[in-house]
Amino acid sequence: MEQTLFYIMATVIVIATIFAISEKHPVHAIVYLVTSFFALAVVFYLLAAPLIAMFEVIIYAGAVMVLFMFVIMMLDQGSPEDAERPPLMHYLPALVLTGITLVSLVLLLTNRSPVAAAAVAPRLVSVKEFAITLFNQYGVAIEIISMQLLFAIVGVLYLGRRRKP
Amino acid sequence: MIVPLTHLLILASILFALGLLCVLIWRSNVIMMLIGIEIMLNAAMLVFVAGSNHWGMADGQVFALMIMAMTSAEVSLALAMVVYLHRRKKTVNVDEFRELRDQ
Repeated sequence: MEQTLFYIMATVIVIATIFAISEKHPVHAIVYLVTSFFALAVVFYLLAAPLIAMFEVIIYAGAVMVLFMFVIMMLDQGSPEDAERPPLMHYLPALVLTGITLVSLVLLLTNRSPVAAAAVAPRLVSVKEFAITLFNQYGVAIEIISMQLLFAIVGVLYLGRRRKP
Repeated sequence: MIVPLTHLLILASILFALGLLCVLIWRSNVIMMLIGIEIMLNAAMLVFVAGSNHWGMADGQVFALMIMAMTSAEVSLALAMVVYLHRRKKTVNVDEFRELRDQ
């Protein structure tokens, strides 16, 4: 049951992402990407991480994608007639690099070495344990993240301020 | 563990390759480049959560949360920069912003 759901969701993720990156209208790409993020949230839930699944829906699909949509509407990029595909010359380096990535993936899979570490017996990481790990071991990381968010606010306010002509 | 770790890593690699493709192809639209960066960060998050499930530790989920906070900061700053550049040049084509380049 869970395996079947995982493979279905993996297919949905890959297909929705392919549609998102090949779509020439940014608004359609955002909608496909939200589909992909919902499927990815289901995968996170199946991997016994319900907290991360919830944050994926709330922060990614909710906040970040709406921010993208807001900027697209504000810059008036949503009109379908002036959307165009990138020129063919831009495809070459992308295809080369992605080809290298995929070929190395296939090479890794074909001569697979024996699995190094056996899996620990699966157990659910509860919210309590998550919070204890977060605030006991990674307190410095939280401080750094909060400073980073502060810098982001300062930068956005600087970039977005009204300039005198 | 519902599926082997290898399958999760394959899924994450395919997602990462698609994000890389998006960033490299869409040099004519900076918003699509940011979307590609989002896809790549999601692939990284999938690897962290899969490792957290595989070894039964909470650390991977903590780092997935860190990636999320980092992404929201990065996206807000990058989109503010897109708005600023669009005000100056009336375009989102990256090649038009070439005076930022070192000559």
